[in-house]
Amino acid sequence: MAKFRGAIVVDTERCKGCSVCITACPCGVIELAKEVNGKGYNYAFMANPDKCIGCASCGITCPDGVIKVYKKAIE
Amino acid sequence: MAEITLQDIIQPENLVYEKSKLLTEKPFHYCPGCGHGTVHRIIAEVLEELGIDEQTIGVSPVGCAVMAYDYFDVDFVEAAHGRAPACASGIKRVWPNKIVFSYQGDGDLAAIGTCETIHTCNRGENITMIFVNNGIYGMTGGQMAPTTLVGMKTATTPYGRMPQWPDGTPNNGFPLQITNLISQLPGTRYVTRQAVYTPAAVRNAKKAIKKAFQNQMENKNGVNFVEIVSNCNSNWKMTAVDANKWLQENMLPVYPLGDIKDNFELIKK
Repeated sequence: MAKFRGAIVVDTERCKGCSVCITACPCGVIELAKEVNGKGYNYAFMANPDKCIGCASCGITCPDGVIKVYKKAIE
Repeated sequence: MAEITLQDIIQPENLVYEKSKLLTEKPFHYCPGCGHGTVHRIIAEVLEELGIDEQTIGVSPVGCAVMAYDYFDVDFVEAAHGRAPACASGIKRVWPNKIVFSYQGDGDLAAIGTCETIHTCNRGENITMIFVNNGIYGMTGGQMAPTTLVGMKTATTPYGRMPQWPDGTPNNGFPLQITNLISQLPGTRYVTRQAVYTPAAVRNAKKAIKKAFQNQMENKNGVNFVEIVSNCNSNWKMTAVDANKWLQENMLPVYPLGDIKDNFELIKK
């Protein structure tokens, strides 16, 4: 089992739904939502929160810097 | 073992990554998936980590990044088309203790500004130049740039870029590898080519940009030049993910990544 648990928080109003974070994620955590934000983009969200390890790959590839990444060690 | 909820993880002490505070709250106007946003972000992170935001002056180009001054919380000057290196040279000579960087695209640096680029590099001004190469004129609607690949379809080469006619007479010319060109000049200290299409590439690009700023902070003479191979998914007419894949398959063989020159010495490959 993973020694770290992670979570992301997406600023949904600024997300442009480019899907770059989805291909960057090594664990298949992120998907695009069926709903759209105020600009009409399908924003990214954490579809499989249990798989996230907090590696921040999504955050460092996001062109708009909308993803905050949290990481916690589990005992 | 107690179950960990998302609320336990999403706490300020567990934060490992967020957007740099040197970027303003204004959303980028770039297309979804554009590499410009990533490059802006890593420049802001580097300036924040080095603690030089108060003494940095940026020079923004004409092109897609023309409004870069709206996004960075540092001092900025807007230069005429292609003249960012000349403008940055002047600022650096007047204020030698400031950190000056120029940020340009390929239509700006490699086409109309070739003269300024080459002479700034030849004079060996102590500035940092960031060059975002996506092989096309993005802002004006996808016309052919000097860096456009052979056979690439653009608005002005609808049948693909053809360097020569079949009988050998010149036509559109060949892709201009301006980074290799200026690495031959004695005035350039650090010349490198990076990309931002995967997390690993972004990390390498950030290291290169950090080194380019550190060289300038240590008052080492010579131009620090960082080329970033980027995408233009709107004008390549692809999705952002396909554009990154296309970049890897087609751009990188023509523009191979890695350091070209370090400490005034060409790196042999």
